[in-house]
Amino acid sequence: MEKSYIIKQISIFSENRPGRLAAVAGALKEAGINIFAFSIAEADGFGVVRALVDRPEDAHRRLTDLGFRVSFTDVIGVKMRDEPGGLSEIAGVLGDAAINIEYAYAYSGRDAAVLILRVDQVEDAIRKILGSGGELLKASTFH
Amino acid sequence: MRGHLTTRDVQSDMFWNTAMETISAADLEALQIKRLKWTLHQTQNVALYRSKLKEAGVAPGDIKTLEDAAKLPFTTKKELQAGYPFGLLAVPLRQIVRIHTTSGTTGKPTVVGYTRGDLESWSELIARNLVMVGLSDEDVFQNAVNYGLFTGGLGFHYGAEKVGMTVVPSATGNTQRQIEMIEDFGVTAIHCTPSYAMHLAEVAESTGAELATLKTGIFGAEPWSESMRSELEGRLGVTAFDSYGLSEMYGPGVAFECPERDGLHIWHDSYLVEIIDPATGEVLGPGERGELVITPLVKEAMPLLRYRTGDITMLMEEDCPCGRGRKIARITGRSDDMLVIRGINVFPSQIEHVLLGLPEVGEQFMVYIDRVKHLDEMTIEVEMSRAGFSGELQDLARIQKHVAGALHNALGLRTTVKLVEPGSLPRFEGKARRIVDRRGAL
Ligand SMILES: [Zn+2]
Repeated sequence: MEKSYIIKQISIFSENRPGRLAAVAGALKEAGINIFAFSIAEADGFGVVRALVDRPEDAHRRLTDLGFRVSFTDVIGVKMRDEPGGLSEIAGVLGDAAINIEYAYAYSGRDAAVLILRVDQVEDAIRKILGSGGELLKASTFH
Repeated sequence: MRGHLTTRDVQSDMFWNTAMETISAADLEALQIKRLKWTLHQTQNVALYRSKLKEAGVAPGDIKTLEDAAKLPFTTKKELQAGYPFGLLAVPLRQIVRIHTTSGTTGKPTVVGYTRGDLESWSELIARNLVMVGLSDEDVFQNAVNYGLFTGGLGFHYGAEKVGMTVVPSATGNTQRQIEMIEDFGVTAIHCTPSYAMHLAEVAESTGAELATLKTGIFGAEPWSESMRSELEGRLGVTAFDSYGLSEMYGPGVAFECPERDGLHIWHDSYLVEIIDPATGEVLGPGERGELVITPLVKEAMPLLRYRTGDITMLMEEDCPCGRGRKIARITGRSDDMLVIRGINVFPSQIEHVLLGLPEVGEQFMVYIDRVKHLDEMTIEVEMSRAGFSGELQDLARIQKHVAGALHNALGLRTTVKLVEPGSLPRFEGKARRIVDRRGAL
């Protein structure tokens, strides 16, 4: 049951130099792969590009063939209610259950803002969020 | 003096000259001092050494202990080249029975002369090496290196004959014929360069030749890695041994791996070995990497004082289970490649060695050296490997820290490590130019 909410994000190693992001996006576009959400995390000299796409396996193969280092990461997508306090509510639910949020990024979904979360115990997080009345996107929304 | 070198010991299987190969530390020291004094005496027949000693303010009689050798001046390849052709010979030409030359890739070649005694000593050392790796008069030995002015051909040839091996002087070229000889003559041991061995393996594989009799491979004259060793062993079906030598010291046979294959035995009764800091000339202790400096102890025609080989190695700290003397590590580079960073000597090969041991990064690298506020800063770019990427940023930071830590341990130096995308660093054919020193440019 929980598994149907686990979304496959692709993570791509990238140097912080001009054109790398465009190269990733261009390669996916060329393969006719849709990008729903995109985020970049940077550290000293390098970064990780994170993307939600409609065909993660194809994207993985395509980028690997081009010489990128790519891996899959399990994330979940929380539908944000259009009211104040939505984010702190989610954070509270997970915090109470001792589940760490490793990172989060937002994107605007079809009918509501969506928060993409990377947590350390993904199935627990899904149970807790659903149990507290939160709404999660099914993986099938994307893939 | 020759008598010491040529005593054949018949009791022991893996020793050619047990007495000399397992000589006690005290006896060795006494012998080395005696021979060093003789060598000094011999050098006085050469104008270059007379003037060098004078300049250093040292008289031959001042050298009474091995430690005193540090007072002697170094000899360099340049000085030998300047003496072209016969300026370095300590005996008249009528006592010279052969000459070889070093490859003259830079300037004039160096001429090396040999007396009859020198040839005798040289084959004695080669014989020790061959017997040390388990070869005997039962073996058929194919000597697939250049004969002629290059020392590798005739040097091994006479050493192998001395052991009583059946020698096939195949020299180089015509690989198909080389393979036929191995199969037709039942060759058990081959001597060649590692790159030629690789070529031989390829041709043998493509023609379906099994080389079933071959069991020992002796490879030298070029640096080769441990991964090349396993590849050669797998493809040729041999046990591979590293051979080190240089024409200035007769040629091959100066140092050689024993069956332990963990460092090379260097023949201390014939070569006085020092490891020095290439920048300062200071003598280093066992376990410290530096330039190999050799004073040959039995060379008659062309004696040398503290010859700077340019090769980087170290004296190994552990004794060898085989019972022979102190070993040197496999050569890891040339002193010309050395960098001095904040007063610390760094060899590109050390960096390479560290990276080879870390699966999360590739083996390609680039080094950039800058001077920032009067301090040297070294930045090393390494590629992420296939295995290394989990998808998490914090894991990348952890890898970066791990690589920097491993380099710090090996080099004694803090460096900045940059992770770059796989395949993005330049690949070099032949001599790699991985070092970009920007300290001079401003
Ligand atoms: Zn040994």
